[in-house]
Amino acid sequence: MSTTTEEAPARRGRPTNPGERIAEWTDGRLGLYKLAKSNLRKIFPDHWSFMLGEVCLYSFVILILTGVYLTLFFHPSMNEVVYHGSYTPLQGVRMSEAYSSTLHISFDVRGGLLVRQIHHWSALIFIAAMIVHMMRVFFTGAFRKPREINWLFGWSLLFLGMFTGFTGYSLPDDLLSGTGVRFMEGAILSVPIVGTYLSMFLFGGEFPGHDFVGRFYAVHILLLPGLMAGLLVAHLILVFFHKHTQFPGAGKTEENVVGTPLLPIYMAKAGGFFFLVFGVIAAVAAVATINPIWEMGPYRPDQVSTGAQPDWYMGFSEGLIRVMPGWEIRAWGHTLVLGVFIPLMIFPLVMVSIALYPFIESWITGDRREHHLLDRPRNRPVRTGIGVAWLTLYFVLLIGGGNDIFATHFHLSINAITWFVRVSFFVAPVITYWVTKRICLGLQRRDREKVLHGRETGIIKRLPHGEFIEVHEPLSQQQLHVLTAHAQPKPLDLGPEVDENGVERKAGPVAKIQARMSRNWYGDHSQIPKPTVEEYEEITSGHGHH
Amino acid sequence: MSETGSQNHVPENLPEHGSAHGSAPATADPFANPGLPPHEPRRQDIDEKAAKHSERVVAGLFTLSMLGTLGFIASFVIFPVDKIVYIFPVGHVSALNFSLGLTLAVALFCIGAGAVHWARTLMSDEEVADDRHRVDADDELRENVRQQWITGAKESGFGRRRLIRNTMFGALGMVPLAGLLVLRDLGPLPEKKLDHTAWQKGKELINTNTNQPLRPEDVAVGSLTFAQPAGLNEADDDFQTQIAKAALMVVRLKPEDIKDKREREWGHEGIVAFSKICTHVGCPISLYEQQTHHVLCPCHQSTFDLSDGARVLFGPAGHPLPQLRISVNDQGNLVALGDFSEPVGPAFWERS
Repeated sequence: MSTTTEEAPARRGRPTNPGERIAEWTDGRLGLYKLAKSNLRKIFPDHWSFMLGEVCLYSFVILILTGVYLTLFFHPSMNEVVYHGSYTPLQGVRMSEAYSSTLHISFDVRGGLLVRQIHHWSALIFIAAMIVHMMRVFFTGAFRKPREINWLFGWSLLFLGMFTGFTGYSLPDDLLSGTGVRFMEGAILSVPIVGTYLSMFLFGGEFPGHDFVGRFYAVHILLLPGLMAGLLVAHLILVFFHKHTQFPGAGKTEENVVGTPLLPIYMAKAGGFFFLVFGVIAAVAAVATINPIWEMGPYRPDQVSTGAQPDWYMGFSEGLIRVMPGWEIRAWGHTLVLGVFIPLMIFPLVMVSIALYPFIESWITGDRREHHLLDRPRNRPVRTGIGVAWLTLYFVLLIGGGNDIFATHFHLSINAITWFVRVSFFVAPVITYWVTKRICLGLQRRDREKVLHGRETGIIKRLPHGEFIEVHEPLSQQQLHVLTAHAQPKPLDLGPEVDENGVERKAGPVAKIQARMSRNWYGDHSQIPKPTVEEYEEITSGHGHH
Repeated sequence: MSETGSQNHVPENLPEHGSAHGSAPATADPFANPGLPPHEPRRQDIDEKAAKHSERVVAGLFTLSMLGTLGFIASFVIFPVDKIVYIFPVGHVSALNFSLGLTLAVALFCIGAGAVHWARTLMSDEEVADDRHRVDADDELRENVRQQWITGAKESGFGRRRLIRNTMFGALGMVPLAGLLVLRDLGPLPEKKLDHTAWQKGKELINTNTNQPLRPEDVAVGSLTFAQPAGLNEADDDFQTQIAKAALMVVRLKPEDIKDKREREWGHEGIVAFSKICTHVGCPISLYEQQTHHVLCPCHQSTFDLSDGARVLFGPAGHPLPQLRISVNDQGNLVALGDFSEPVGPAFWERS
């Protein structure tokens, strides 16, 4: 791509417009025009659910902005000082520098409390938005080929986001967060063989030691956000590269993307949306106190407050740890702390199963095609059911994690709640899976009805011979298309058990499982056949059928 | 949008009609994709007055944002950092935080609202279609890359010169060990550190709240007292680490209420001392129910029966709270007769 001398005369003269001159200068060094050509008027489809990912992006940007500000005032040190600041109830109390500098930010730095609260609220919103965004991607099948890797990037952002949140709210070294860190120490100690070593290496000795705030600080402000920023950029590059998915509709196909261009529409809409998100979070931070560390006091390992709760996204691991029976196996001078170690392992196992889901689904369905049109969740009842089962597990464990709060607020026995959660952990996901699948099938039946008989208008007509009928209005072609656009694949077939020469063919156990799962996915009990053209014509041709 | 949207529902938009402006030919398929619907102009597209109105709304929002920033500056100057005001229904709040937050919210939100309104009413809302291209390469490109790879690999001699390849793998495999090794001093080895606490034979029990030695007559039946070993000072460098293991609960039960024989013998006239650190994951236990002699950990609700060797009644804890053997010294103060006989706090692999 070297510039030849023959090419040069073909180029325009020096532009006079200063903006164009800057662009020209940049183009000569970065190839700006080539980059802009394919992206400036890039088409993005419009749907409210596509904004959920934007909420994640913007709250991350807000976290970086406010986080940098907080580092200017926060002292990541566990050195003990005696407090002499402006918050009188804690005058003369011994505390770590981390805690006292957080008090300083909250009470002495003008705007410090606001930035701290914006930071914490953004963190909660960031993770909530990531989960909801992930649900959107999951339920509409947007993770299918070619977007599986982007699913993994997004999943990694969620996973790292939870740990960034945990290391972040542990930094002020207040009584609540210190209790959370001690819980983490207990969980690490339960790891067989290496648990005590991991704990000693993490805390620089016995808990709490003098090191963890400084170490968490490095992880929280540098390591994790650095990784996340990289993943985020990669996530966005892939969104541009793959072009956004779209819902089926008039004019929308697997081969095109229908919407409005980045410049100007999405520059304005998405750029404006950043300010909307930031504005709402600022308003929340103005009126709603979050993590009032001054009320909890500095951390002391022999003190605790009741109603101790982690930030909400850690609630399900809290639930796991609370409802697990205290199993300990002791033999040959060792203890296997199953009561803590099993919950500690379920957490990553559930996360990993979510990460691998796109690959599992494509293996079961045998689907290797590219997909750019989104599924309506009802048309994939098994996937939708699995998603709801996951959410159920999550909410059941949230109840487990807040069993004391539920007990005191609803005047229930904490033992009863714990047993309820123990049983529900196994039963509730199965029930909700089944119910969701039935609902999806019901909705598919309704779609079929609507296609064949039209929309119920609510208008009652009396026929000359006295019969009353409800007038059904035929659907527009666009509506007909939307309700019938989805593919209804057949389950994988193992083939005949005997081949053409009469020799028995043996399907391996893996192939059998695959075929069985595939039947579960696409068998007769998992989808209602969509109306065929013949059925439709037969019904609509004979008038007065209704 | 509503006035244009309602036109889609009039029954003239019937299946056979749809193909008129669709890209597909008028086939028999009633479910065929009708193609992009024609663009419906908005009011602003045809009515210059409506467009002017939208323009004023957008400019108004941007102006409001500027006022928000001015308000932010004014709040910053006016309100002292420690001023508390009552605002209904939020309650008593910091005037500075409240005013800074709300003015900032206005300043930011109005920029966003203005930009979005601008995009929705004044910029073209015509939907256009863009082609997608397959992600994977065609055969020609694939073959081209394959050849480049083969040529490059051949030129490197990677497959042929096994000695180079194997020693390189060896070198690359070993060099991270250096990185691993320098992590060694992140912390000491566990050794027996978790097995011992600051308690020793003869150490007096010091009331954590009053900092005075505990005497049997200070401990009433039904009360719960927290204690720490004598000599442990809040100003000590390792105070937090020591108290994390040594924290003690002292209760007095009627001797006849104590069901466990060893517990009665390890106490003094019904005064018994247990580790305050929960055996589940190490929270300090602090809730005592004097009628039933149960203690409850507020973190994960493990419940222990202090009248029966602190055995676990409910919750996720796996073993009883360790008991400290106590007696009275010649000054009449409660003293420990040694360290705990087992490690306190959560269980771990090396715990026998």
